Amino acid sequence: MPLEEFRQAAAAAGRTLSPGERRAALEGWLAAGEDGVPVEGPYRRVVVFGGVYNNHHALAALLEEASRLEAEAVYCLGDLGGFGPHPDRVWPLLREGGVAIIQGNYEQSLASGATDCACGYTDPRDNHFAALSYGYTERHTSPEFKRWMGEQPARRRIAVGGRELLLVHGSPRRVNEFLFASTAPLPFLEVLVAQNRCHGFLCTHTGLPWVRSLPSGAQVANVGVIGRPANNGRTEVCFALLEARREGLAIEIRPLRYHFEALAAEMRAEELPEEFVATVRTGWWTTCLEILPPKERAASRY
Amino acid sequence: MPAVALASLDTLWFQVGGTVCNLACTHCFISCSPTNHTHEMLTLAEVEQRLAEAAALGVKEYYFTGGEPFLNPEMEAILAATLRQGPATVLTNGLLLDAGRCRRLAELAAGSEYSLDLRVSLDGFTAEANDPIRGAGSFRKVMAGVANLAAAGLNPVLTVTEVHAENATSEGKARFFALLSGLGLAKPRLKVLPVFHLGAEAERSGAYERWQRLAEGDAPAGSWDHLQCSSCRMVTDQGVWVCPILVNEPAGKIGERLADTLDPFHLDHPACWTCHVHGVSCRT
Repeated sequence: MPLEEFRQAAAAAGRTLSPGERRAALEGWLAAGEDGVPVEGPYRRVVVFGGVYNNHHALAALLEEASRLEAEAVYCLGDLGGFGPHPDRVWPLLREGGVAIIQGNYEQSLASGATDCACGYTDPRDNHFAALSYGYTERHTSPEFKRWMGEQPARRRIAVGGRELLLVHGSPRRVNEFLFASTAPLPFLEVLVAQNRCHGFLCTHTGLPWVRSLPSGAQVANVGVIGRPANNGRTEVCFALLEARREGLAIEIRPLRYHFEALAAEMRAEELPEEFVATVRTGWWTTCLEILPPKERAASRY
Repeated sequence: MPAVALASLDTLWFQVGGTVCNLACTHCFISCSPTNHTHEMLTLAEVEQRLAEAAALGVKEYYFTGGEPFLNPEMEAILAATLRQGPATVLTNGLLLDAGRCRRLAELAAGSEYSLDLRVSLDGFTAEANDPIRGAGSFRKVMAGVANLAAAGLNPVLTVTEVHAENATSEGKARFFALLSGLGLAKPRLKVLPVFHLGAEAERSGAYERWQRLAEGDAPAGSWDHLQCSSCRMVTDQGVWVCPILVNEPAGKIGERLADTLDPFHLDHPACWTCHVHGVSCRT
C-alpha cells in the first residue's frame, strides 16, 4: 500500500464513541466487582507467611515465633507442597497452630488432580525439576489432606491497624501471577488495589519478599516464603509481621531461623534432587531461575 | 468473526524507532529499512504523554522496538523517563551497542528500582547463516555489541527467529547458548520466535494462505486470553495499534489515545493465526 494511502486509512481508524460513552467504558473496564469475601479481625498484630514447600521444620519455627510475638492470628498464603520432604507433616502443624490458609497454585493443582504445579515454566530444565517436585508431593500427600486443600478459600480479607487488606497467592487477579519488586510498578499496584476495593494486599508465589507504600497510602507486600531461602546467600527464610502502630499499619519482613540441616538430611534420605538440598544449605536458588526479572537475576548466584 | 477483549493493559509497546532501521533484514515483517518512513520515531515528549496515560490504566511493563530504537537520538532519555515508572525492555539489532552506550545503559539499570532488559536479534550461529538474512557484517557487529553488554554487566536475551529451522532445535539452542557463554555471559538467555508472513518475509518465503484465519471455534476453552492482544497495545507516532505485529496494517490501528482502545479487537488477520497456532507472545 502506498505510504499516503496507509496514513489516510490509519487516520480514519479508531472509534467514534461520544466522550460520555467513552468515560463509562473506561470506568467499567477499571472497576472490578465486589468479591463478597468477609473481613476477618480487626487485629492488632498478625503473622502472614507463604510457600511452606513441605518445610515442616520452618513451619514449626514460624509457629513458635508467632506465639513469642503474641500474634492474634496466623495466615498462610498457600503453596504448602513441592520442593521439600514429607508433605503430610505440614497438615497437623497447620491445624494445631490454628493457621488460616488460602489456596496457592499447588493446592489448586493437588486438589483437582492436575498433573503439574501450574507454575508455567518454559525452560526444559525448570520443567524437569518442577515435575520432580510436584510428582513427589503428589504421591506423598494423603487424599484427606488434598481434599482439605480443595476446601480452602482462594482469598481472604483481614482488618489490621484500621486498614482492610486482601490476602491472595500470586496477585489479586491470577493465582500464578509473579509479582516481583522490579516488575510490579506503583501505578500497576494502585489499579489492582482500586479494582479490589481494599487498602492494600499481601501476596507470595515468587519466593522473594518486598514491601511497597503507594502514593495513595495503600500498602502492598510480597511476604516471601518459609519453604526455602530468598536467593540471597542466607539460610534463613522469612515471614511478614503486621502491626497496628500509633502511625498506622506497619508491615515488616522478618527473618526466620530453623533447623535447615535437619531438613537437608531428610531431603537426601527421600532422594530429592541434590540441587534442592544445595539451595537449603547455601541460600542460593539452583533451579526455576527462568522466572526472575533482570534485576533479581543479576543479584542471583546462578 | 472471533474478537478478543482487552482483559487488562499489562504491556505497552512503543514503536520508538518508527520503521527506520540501519538494517534491511529479508524476513522483517514490517519491512524496516533506512528509507522506510511509514512510522516515524517517537519523541521523548510523545513517550512521556503516553506514560501518563499508561499510569492511569495500570500498565505493568513497557517494551521498545522499531526499526532500530537506538537510532532514536532521545532513546536513553526515553528509557530514563520510563524506568522512573516501571520496567522496560528494548528490542535492538545490536549494531549500536558501543562500550559507552552499554556503560550508560548499565547505569540506568542500576539507578532504577525497576528492571531494564535488552533483547538482541540474531538469525544464525554463524556469519554464513546470519548475514544473508540480516546483512553483510551484521554477525560480527552483533557479537561485538553483546560482548560490550556483557562487559558492562548486562545480560541480554538473544532473540532468534525460525527463519532457519535449525535455530529452534535443541542442538541449535545449545549452539546459541554456547555463543553467549563465549562472550562472557554466565547466565545465557534465549528467545525463539516464528516468522510472520508479512512485509519482506512475505516476499522471501510467501504470503499467508487463504485458510490461515481464525474462526470462533478455535479459541481454547472459549477464551482468547493466551493471545498477546488480550493484554497489550502498541503506540506509534500515528496512534494506538492493537499489537506490535500489525503496525503496517491500517486495520490494526484502533484509536488515538490509550483509553480509546479498550474495546475488543476482531481477529481478522492471518498473522493472528500465527500467534494462536505458535503460541506467540512478543513479550520476553
